[in-house]
Amino acid sequence: MATLHTVNKSPFEKNSLERCLSTAKDGSTILFIEDGVYSAVKGTKVSSSIEAALGKHNVYALKPDVTTRGLSDNMIDGIELVDYDGFVDLAAECSKVQSWL
Amino acid sequence: MKFGVVVLEGPYTHEAADTAYQFTKAALEKGHEVFRVFFYHDGVNNGTRLTTPPQDDRNIVTRWSELGEEHGLDLVVCVAAAQRRGIVDADEAKRNGKDADNIAPSFRISGLGQLIEAGIQSDRLLVFGD
Repeated sequence: MATLHTVNKSPFEKNSLERCLSTAKDGSTILFIEDGVYSAVKGTKVSSSIEAALGKHNVYALKPDVTTRGLSDNMIDGIELVDYDGFVDLAAECSKVQSWL
Repeated sequence: MKFGVVVLEGPYTHEAADTAYQFTKAALEKGHEVFRVFFYHDGVNNGTRLTTPPQDDRNIVTRWSELGEEHGLDLVVCVAAAQRRGIVDADEAKRNGKDADNIAPSFRISGLGQLIEAGIQSDRLLVFGD
């Protein structure tokens, strides 16, 4: 089963997203949490890499972290929102969890 | 499912201590087991009972202690990381000639072997932090 990759840093602060995308195998699940949710915003310099990733991976963002930052209306289409329950479900469904910090 | 949780970041730093707590709480509420929460590096600062955040803010340390008590959670602070940062229980205080201890309720101090064991015993190990 696929690996769950979590990314908790903004792509404008650290290269966690880049490291994640260059490592994640096709069919993996990626979840943006904390400042990692800035990766999911439309029209940034990383949004094309996220749009490409959507064709290969299941991409999620943690809803409380998206709404806290006021990003709900600016998300790239195709990214699903989950709450902490959903985070737990993803961690249980995937065979392992890799945290990109 | 059995989860292990590792916390590498102190409270009120970025958000990792909060996410780790919310994940752990959600997992327990869904009926999963959390084998251990291991606090390492700056994460050990989650385990001092002397924090006094403003009353209208969340109390991250108390929140862990309460969750620990409610669910019998094993909250383990790494001893070497704790010594460096002044997180001390009664035994450590005595051993190192300190005049006080500050470990929060439900937390205990132990070694890195506890992290290895959590990795072996848990179905999934999640790392939160910097």
